[in-house]
Amino acid sequence: MTEAQEKKVGIISCSGEERVEGTISRVATRLVLEKLRPNETVTICLPLFLAGGREEREFARDYPTITVDGCDKKCAKIATERYSGKPTSSILVTDILKNYQCPLSSRRKLNDATLTVTRKVAERIAEEVDEVLRHRR
Amino acid sequence: MKVVTGKKKVIIIPCSGIGKAFGSISRDATYEVTENLRKDTTETLCLALLVSGDEKSLQLIRNNKCITVDGCPLQCAKKNVELAGGNLAANLRVVDAYKENRNLKPRNVTFLDPDGQQMALKLAEKIAEKVDDLLVEQ
Repeated sequence: MTEAQEKKVGIISCSGEERVEGTISRVATRLVLEKLRPNETVTICLPLFLAGGREEREFARDYPTITVDGCDKKCAKIATERYSGKPTSSILVTDILKNYQCPLSSRRKLNDATLTVTRKVAERIAEEVDEVLRHRR
Repeated sequence: MKVVTGKKKVIIIPCSGIGKAFGSISRDATYEVTENLRKDTTETLCLALLVSGDEKSLQLIRNNKCITVDGCPLQCAKKNVELAGGNLAANLRVVDAYKENRNLKPRNVTFLDPDGQQMALKLAEKIAEKVDDLLVEQ
């Protein structure tokens, strides 16, 4: 493992095109990558495990990885375990949403209330990134 | 996910691209078709669910014609539908929409900017035309 890989955490989001929780999962992951922990995180498109090459399939072996799933089918966790490697940690969006009484928006465009809980999910992912990095030092 | 029974539908499967604007355009174009342009004759499904081996998703793509919409040359949606034995009828690529609309410069990934939204609408029209062709064939 390179020094750069030791300092980075991989985040793999479910694609979740069918449900708003999938959109929350993706957007929260992007918020972590772009704003909350841009220097500590990397990602990969989940379907690349099968469509890509060896490099993609070794993602979870190369990086400590957090999976983020929108629903209890846990596609990101299952596919990562099956095709890449055991994730270090797994987050389920619906578990976090239980703490917030929020009518969710459509899956295509998040309204303000849904965006607010999406930011909470992003903060939870960022905390997990910090925790993973703390254990690696 | 609704499993189609009786009259068949066309399944639109976008790539799950999370790293570039093209993946977001692929998804938004798919929503435009399945929620507005051809909402009675099309459906979408989670590509990740297919990748994880979900049996209902496998049946859905094997029993209905599929259009994949890929954001980048790696063509994850097309390859995964083929690997799963799906009934792949057409593959559209965001890069082709980009070539046909060079005045549009989509940049944002998380939330599509106006150029990205415009490109998604143009791509959606192409997908809808393809849906019509496939339904006539049926």
